[in-house]
Amino acid sequence: MKFMGYTRSNGTVGVRNHLLILSTVACANNPVRNIAQQLTGAVPITHQNGCGHLPREAERVHRTLVGYGSNPNVGACIVVGLGCEVIQTKKVAEEIAQTGKSVACILIQESGGTINATAEGVRIGREMLSELSKQQREEHDISDLILALECGGSDAASGITANPAIGVASDLLVKQGGTSVLSETQELIGAENLLAERAVNKKVAEDIINIVKRAEQSSLNFGVDIRSTNPGPGNKEGGITTLEEKSIGAAHKGGNAVIQEVVEYAVKPSKKGLIIMDTPGTDVDSVTGILAGGAQVCVFSTGRGTPVGAPIAPVIKIVSNTQTYHSMKENIDINAGKIIDGFCTVQDIGKEIFNEIIEVCNGKMTKAEQLGCGEFAIYRDSPTQ
Amino acid sequence: MAEKTQDAIIISDKDNVATALKNLAKGTKVLARGDILTMEVNLKDDIAFGHKFALYDILSGSDIIKYGAVIGRATQDIKKGEHAHLHNIEGARGRGDKK
Repeated sequence: MKFMGYTRSNGTVGVRNHLLILSTVACANNPVRNIAQQLTGAVPITHQNGCGHLPREAERVHRTLVGYGSNPNVGACIVVGLGCEVIQTKKVAEEIAQTGKSVACILIQESGGTINATAEGVRIGREMLSELSKQQREEHDISDLILALECGGSDAASGITANPAIGVASDLLVKQGGTSVLSETQELIGAENLLAERAVNKKVAEDIINIVKRAEQSSLNFGVDIRSTNPGPGNKEGGITTLEEKSIGAAHKGGNAVIQEVVEYAVKPSKKGLIIMDTPGTDVDSVTGILAGGAQVCVFSTGRGTPVGAPIAPVIKIVSNTQTYHSMKENIDINAGKIIDGFCTVQDIGKEIFNEIIEVCNGKMTKAEQLGCGEFAIYRDSPTQ
Repeated sequence: MAEKTQDAIIISDKDNVATALKNLAKGTKVLARGDILTMEVNLKDDIAFGHKFALYDILSGSDIIKYGAVIGRATQDIKKGEHAHLHNIEGARGRGDKK
């Protein structure tokens, strides 16, 4: 099957053509906001990271920023930093430029302050917008797609309707040569043995067991019952009792495909097919990591309802029950609650999700895009020094 | 999968709990359906949509089975038809409090 996307010089394909204004440190957030404000459609990325990181985390933040700028949905990128921080802005810009896209680097200290840095960014960005507007979509095979699988604000219906239906859509994509990325390692605790049985080889099976062991250990180290945070209060109100129950429901998003590889947070898969990325259970951090790993589109199930989107990629929201569909219709793209209502099967909704993925990749806006819901957060697990 | 008349779902035939597909009232007889198994259960509690009830008498300390897999264990005896949730089930994983 085919879709219409933006051809990138490194062989990847975008489903959007964003101009990204990327801050590499909290100190550069102001000019990033100002530059994007002046440029129609430009996407600003601001955050609280960029300095004071211990080495392992500095590497992860760097990798995430480079991965985000390198995402095929980004047509051009302006990287803005301060100049003295741990995350080296010029290096981030250089690595993004290796994708072949147009990249500029601005350092506030070199520009001589906020006003000059902002003016410089606006001048460069206007020219980039002009170039981006001339690019046309071209036909590509869906084997070029990487699909992010996410869930947030789950209820007990998520594991019966929305997640298995996403699994059907994921299997359809994988069967046609595409890639799907299952994530949120904490929410695989209790489902790891079922997943390991589907690993392509012993090494991948061990990787699955090991990332889950690490995620569980980090909770054990705090000396608390994991249920004090996960399942969360809304999950429990929705009928989910334990993390194991939530995990098995969540793992249904990966369908029945063979698991080809386990990758670290914000690392691009080297294989096609079903992949597991080691991300945290927090939705925004998790989606950011998968997009930094090259995913162009996300399907996101919810039971309680969530507006969360992503700045550079369409997020298709699938709700597990009709009640939430009606109460949060403006945030939901597909109602899998129709399965419980007796109007559709899991297969029917799975096909509906798959067709929606193709339409959205062709340019149809998701509810999250229409409302400007675009969250960004980088997974951190060490203190700032 | 589901039918309009269905009150609750038994996801796997190995399960000892069912999940309510609508708000169900205490004292009513409800139909829980799985792919093979169908059971009539007299509810001893109100069961909200998405919440679980016991399909059999479950002894304290026994595994709770849903999706055909262990999702926790009973912290007290749970009678057939009783609400099965936080008050009578605990998770076995990520228990830093039990170290």
